[in-house]
Amino acid sequence: MVVSFGNLEELITLVNNVHGFDLSGYSRASLKRRVSRILTIYQIDFAGLKDSLVNSPGFFNEFLVEVTVNVTEMFRDPTFYKTLREEIHPYLATFPHIKVWSAGCATGEEVYSLAILFSKDGLYTRTFIYGTDINTAVLERAKQGIIDLKKMKVYSDNYLQTDSGDSLSEYYTAMYDSAIVHHELRKNILFSTHNLVSDGVFNEFQLITCRNVLIYFTADLQHKVVNLLYASLALFGFLCLGARETLPADGLRHKFRVISKTHNIYQKIA
Amino acid sequence: MLESNPYIANKLRHTGVLVLGCSAGGFKMLLTMLKALPANLPVGVLVVIHRNANYETHLEANLAAKCRIVVKVAEDKEPIRPATAYFAPAGYHLLVEPDRSLSLDTSEPVHFCRPSIDVTMQSAADVYGASTVAILLSGANQDGAEGMESVRKVDGLCIVQHPRDAEVETMPAAAIRKGAVDLTLTNGELIILSQGLSNHIFRN
Repeated sequence: MVVSFGNLEELITLVNNVHGFDLSGYSRASLKRRVSRILTIYQIDFAGLKDSLVNSPGFFNEFLVEVTVNVTEMFRDPTFYKTLREEIHPYLATFPHIKVWSAGCATGEEVYSLAILFSKDGLYTRTFIYGTDINTAVLERAKQGIIDLKKMKVYSDNYLQTDSGDSLSEYYTAMYDSAIVHHELRKNILFSTHNLVSDGVFNEFQLITCRNVLIYFTADLQHKVVNLLYASLALFGFLCLGARETLPADGLRHKFRVISKTHNIYQKIA
Repeated sequence: MLESNPYIANKLRHTGVLVLGCSAGGFKMLLTMLKALPANLPVGVLVVIHRNANYETHLEANLAAKCRIVVKVAEDKEPIRPATAYFAPAGYHLLVEPDRSLSLDTSEPVHFCRPSIDVTMQSAADVYGASTVAILLSGANQDGAEGMESVRKVDGLCIVQHPRDAEVETMPAAAIRKGAVDLTLTNGELIILSQGLSNHIFRN
């Protein structure tokens, strides 16, 4: 089932009015695919969707899980993680405490990837990682630290390509068809809801990763969110965007130094 | 060949965007077509090929030097300009926004593919409607067939490489089986179409 761009605007207004949730800054092309997908999953038409959003308690949370993209991987873009270890970790090592924010972390694969690499470089004991997302349901999964064992094959390959020299299996225990991330890697992690659209600065970080999140926002919202990320960074802290996301060309750009053009890693310098 | 069919000629005249999809065995033909496209092409070209995200290629840079149109990797939120080919980056779907800018998307692979030809064709059809021209070349899976169907549904023009000329016929054959094809062209005809495309398209 397919919705029109007109339907989409109607839906955005309804969701804002009924649930106080602002989707107006989301890229329409992607949103359209997500909403069409929801109609197919629930076998409802557009009128049915509106009805459920207004009248079915609890449906909104399900809608929110499906309307946003929660696809993630451990060590997605392995060379990014390699660069992080080689270029950023030595710098982070000079801090007594390291605070990290993984913004838009979905089911937490990136957070655990970071925890593994920080642990490998002896940084983890003085690091605290915040993983945030708008969805409470995906965060519940993230908290469990349980990953589908079938996916671990791909993640292990990714990990090998980070040139870390050991095997990913050192960091999890396989049980039936699940991989459970080792407990000591989960100690310094907090998963919590945060909405990049409507929530503000909640801490000051030495490292922020916000990868493949901005692409779901319009150019205007991207600007706003990058400002929030900038304001959340300590001076000389690092910002990591997705492989295909660059800093918007506006006043903020001169406040960052490019650490890696390939991997879109920036350092706040002013 | 094309002028003789008034329906096709009229469709080509109103081309708003060109979407090219290919996979296994279609690569060489895709390059030949891109090289044949004229510098004054009045529309943008969206290119989706299947490739592995974990291997860096310099395909676009190499190709840019050999083409008369601009060839680049698609960037998020960049406007679609004429005489420019935008390649979907490995690992991302390529979508079209209502304001005719591009968006990248890392949602689930479709038919095991990301980028998926289906996704880009559907999205282009959503925005460009009847002025969408989709061309599907050689490939070893079903990707593209549903995309062609969406383009057909909005009265766009759907062209496939003749399965006989395709190194791997699965992809064009799947689109033909779905009844989603207006024109089946040989390699020679595809090259002539590319070379003369600017002359077919009405400019105001």
